[in-house]
Amino acid sequence: MDTAETLDDVDRRLIRATQEGLPLVAEPYHAVADALGVAPSEVMDRLRRMMAQGAVRRIGAVPNHYALGYSANGMSVWDVEDDVARDIGRQVGDLEFVSHAYLRPRHPPVWQYNLFAMVHGRTRNQVEEKVGRIAELIGGASRSHTVLYSRRILKKTGLRLAG
Amino acid sequence: MDDVDRRIVNGLQGGFPVCDRPFVEAAASLGLTEDELIVRLRRLLDDGVLSRFGPMFVAERLGGAVTLAALQAPLERFEAVAELVNAHPEVAHNYERDHTLNMWFVVAAERPEIVARVLRAIEQETDLEVFDMPKEEEFYVGLRLEA
Repeated sequence: MDTAETLDDVDRRLIRATQEGLPLVAEPYHAVADALGVAPSEVMDRLRRMMAQGAVRRIGAVPNHYALGYSANGMSVWDVEDDVARDIGRQVGDLEFVSHAYLRPRHPPVWQYNLFAMVHGRTRNQVEEKVGRIAELIGGASRSHTVLYSRRILKKTGLRLAG
Repeated sequence: MDDVDRRIVNGLQGGFPVCDRPFVEAAASLGLTEDELIVRLRRLLDDGVLSRFGPMFVAERLGGAVTLAALQAPLERFEAVAELVNAHPEVAHNYERDHTLNMWFVVAAERPEIVARVLRAIEQETDLEVFDMPKEEEFYVGLRLEA
């Protein structure tokens, strides 16, 4: 499905107006509607439609990992046999402590890993323990794995979707 | 952060209603009043406990493109390389990580060809190879971070 083709100018303005956040007032959708010069029902209908289409994943609070004490953020990467990679990816993505799992292309000989699973913990020990549980789940289908910890945030801004 | 803040952070990571007075409904499920919830949310945002409150858009479903890219920055010019990478507004996140590929960044733009152009520009400016790792498949459940 190509949702992009169904986005019109009002959708784009709605995205621009809300991608930094909703106004914290009693009637936030009305406030957005006023700013866009459309009816409140229009704003709400469009947001509901985008949720149904998967263009809006959810509406709510986005916590700051670091402020909550989740300072150990480990990107675990796995060299999984191609023919089972999707199956394994789905199982790893189902683990409650994995925030995202992705299949990505390898770049041999520099980079042999195709499955990425983000694991968050308050300490490196917590992350290591969780990575151990992923290793048990994957078993022999992974030829090797490692964990890349973030040393430093060099830049962090919101994604600008509709500049 | 007290128990009420924790309830808000844990309970409001999704499912915020789309209706005329959404804070009334959201507050009721947390045992709060509309005003209490709005005041608390403002403070959690001001204090940086929350980085955002609102809809989470999925770039690819909006016609945009996102990729994860990595490069190996020589240590003696790591900071200079970081500056060159970060100077592109399309670079949303950039992390130093402990691996030979020591710089990992996310490039997002309205159209795929812009992402490709940014990666090429970074290669030319830094004289380093950029490894493009767009997601081929995503397995997403959605983490609930416990406050």
